[in-house]
Amino acid sequence: MPYEESTLNLKKFIVFEIADEEFAIPVEKVGAIERLESITRVPQTEKFVKGVINLRGVVIPVIDLRTRFGLETKSYDESTRIIIIHLDETEVGLIVDQANDVIDISEDSIEPAPEVVDEIDIDYISGVIKIDKRLLIMIDLHRVLSIENPSEYTNTEG
Amino acid sequence: METNQYLDVFIDESVEHLETMSDNLLELEKNPEEKSIIEGIFRAAHTIKGMSATMGYQDLADLTHNLENVFDGIRYDKIKVEPDMMDVLFDTLDQLNAMVEDISSGGDGKRDVSTQIKKLASIEKGEPFTDVTSNNGENDAEQADVGNLSLDEFELAILNESAERGFNNFEVEVQLSEKCLLKGARVFMVFEVLEQMGEVIKSNPPVSELEEENFDYSFNVIFVTQQSEDEVVQKIKKVSEVSEVNVKEIAQGNYEDYQEKDSADVEQQAIQEQTSSEQAPTQQSNGSNQARRKTIRVNIDRLDVLMNLFEELVIDRGRLEQISTDLNNVDLTETVERMSRVSGDLQDIILNMRMVPIDSVFNRFPRMIRQLARELDKEIGIDIIGADTELDRTVIDEIGDPLVHLIRNAIDHGIESPADRVTKGKPSKGTITLKAYQGGNYVFIEISDDGAGINRERVLNKALENNVVTSEEAKHLTDQEVYELILESGFSTADSISGVSGRGVGLDVVKNTIQKLGGNITIDATPDKGSIFSIQLPLTLSIISALLVEIKDEKFAIPLASIIETVILHKDDILSAHNKKVIDFRGNIVPLAFLHSIFDVPDYEADSDYISVVIVKKGDRMSGLVVGSFIGQQEVVLKPLGNYLKDVPAISGATILGDGQVALIIDSNSLIR
Repeated sequence: MPYEESTLNLKKFIVFEIADEEFAIPVEKVGAIERLESITRVPQTEKFVKGVINLRGVVIPVIDLRTRFGLETKSYDESTRIIIIHLDETEVGLIVDQANDVIDISEDSIEPAPEVVDEIDIDYISGVIKIDKRLLIMIDLHRVLSIENPSEYTNTEG
Repeated sequence: METNQYLDVFIDESVEHLETMSDNLLELEKNPEEKSIIEGIFRAAHTIKGMSATMGYQDLADLTHNLENVFDGIRYDKIKVEPDMMDVLFDTLDQLNAMVEDISSGGDGKRDVSTQIKKLASIEKGEPFTDVTSNNGENDAEQADVGNLSLDEFELAILNESAERGFNNFEVEVQLSEKCLLKGARVFMVFEVLEQMGEVIKSNPPVSELEEENFDYSFNVIFVTQQSEDEVVQKIKKVSEVSEVNVKEIAQGNYEDYQEKDSADVEQQAIQEQTSSEQAPTQQSNGSNQARRKTIRVNIDRLDVLMNLFEELVIDRGRLEQISTDLNNVDLTETVERMSRVSGDLQDIILNMRMVPIDSVFNRFPRMIRQLARELDKEIGIDIIGADTELDRTVIDEIGDPLVHLIRNAIDHGIESPADRVTKGKPSKGTITLKAYQGGNYVFIEISDDGAGINRERVLNKALENNVVTSEEAKHLTDQEVYELILESGFSTADSISGVSGRGVGLDVVKNTIQKLGGNITIDATPDKGSIFSIQLPLTLSIISALLVEIKDEKFAIPLASIIETVILHKDDILSAHNKKVIDFRGNIVPLAFLHSIFDVPDYEADSDYISVVIVKKGDRMSGLVVGSFIGQQEVVLKPLGNYLKDVPAISGATILGDGQVALIIDSNSLIR
């Protein structure tokens, strides 16, 4: 890759997959990517909160992104990953189908979100990135983590 | 001088001395003649003055200096302690506290203390036999500031020490060119040059005046440096618009000249008197310091790190214990058992190190009560019992505000006005009692007053009005339950907003804080006899003994401290009352809480005719938590669930078990209704 001229504008993103859709989050928000470990259920919390895990001695809540986005659930398998993200003072793990790519994206190539991307509500999307034939969806992590009005989510068919 | 590294020490010690002063002042009010108290205050003021002067907090030093003068007068019977004097002294203490607080939060500790100094000076001069009478208070204060390079004993001490270490002490006179327009800027540059070479001990006029250009064209500084006279002159001359620099060495032993230079200054004289009279007490305090040398100061952060490391060790210990049980190797088992014992002892020591006497919270209350009582025209005394009871520092940090709230409440709503009290046949002076004691793994704090108690009807009406309870519920409430309604959110009995309590923030904040700390609060009251607020707090927050239980495949921990007993009952022993499942436990009707349904445990099926019940208590109330099975007792490290899951009902945190799994810790208090 020709780094010389455009290194300044390049940002690293972690790319992961949910329901055959590719998503991206800035690498600086990501603390670690972990294989699925045993999750302890926490009763009386939102449905998408799967529970808590022990990450090297720290107890961290995990969220199932499929459930969060209102997609149909899929049983966890070998490729399921937990992406640990840091947002402000909060540490949360996101359960995704798989995570296997880190890419450099020039900030210019980020475009505003279209009205609807497949089945995922636009509220959670902060932009899209087109690279060749790939379409990466940038997630608005603040929105994903906010517990306010999760039930107001409407499933728009695309 | 690089003072940053001393700042922490300075703050710590100042706070300590201010506390001593505050305690002693309160004592002084009771025993105005007691010499040891007066000595105590004098010494504290003296030390703070010295430290703050060294650290460059001039206002702090000035104010303590004046305070010291007053107490110097008192201890030599020149000044008599009068009640109205106390207010000025307490005010002074407030100001000192404010300045130290400012410094500790990163400020420069500056404050306009001139009025307070005037007041102190007038106390000091209020006596006919001090020569201060010739001087009025205002001048007094100003002269202390301006002084003609006269040195107080601390500056002298610095000069002495620097001379001993082979530094040069110079008096530098700098003359600026008369064409100079920005005198302030030049002064700044000169000082910058000086600070690079050494340290400015004193300047005349003082730096603040220099900065405001309140001087002609020359100023003097006393300056300590390792550089030679010539170098100093050369370097200062490099600053433009400096027309002349005179450097004069101050020979050791000549300081007295400087001190006497301004003998007309009465302020100065006072210091001299002190210097001579001070020696005795200074030595005394040295003696007592020696006795206390057996303790060291440790930064609390280090203790926190130690605690964190130890917590990890406890988790691994759990794991090792489990592995050794699985492997069943005698040598391994023995070693692990031994290690567990040692780490158990270690745990006690570490937890102990974090313990702080509750006195550090209690000691601010006598003044607060005194002040509030005056504001509200009530007569209130305070009794403190068990101030040496110790609590974990984290708890101490949090418990102050709730206690303040409760005490304000007791003063405002509990204690009646003197007239009312007399009508009721009680002494006109009310009493608030603060009592702390340890019991098992808990510390109890009781705040009681001999005031009006709590009016059941008024509380109930208010609670109904504000929809805290329904009228149906209200019928069945015991007195105690009614009293505790005042802790609910949405309830506030303050009929009138008095500025003391009832600022719209209810006592629910108190309840929340205490529950967050893993404790609880109960209220008892007798009309016209008074009320008691009892707080129960865990000794420590981070490592607790817990009973592990299993419900289906999920493991939970129940803190041992709230457990009375575990029982296994036959299904037929479950009774029904008011549509609730209850059991008869040693003659008490105890309601059952089925954890599998409260926690929605998936696929739970009661597979036997027997049920396992953990009987837990909260105050006088009990509840039976129905679990799947008991696993056993274990020391667990309390971990928060993280910011994202702040308020999970009935769960107070999590812990990591020996196999690395996370188990949730049940907040049994919230399951008792």
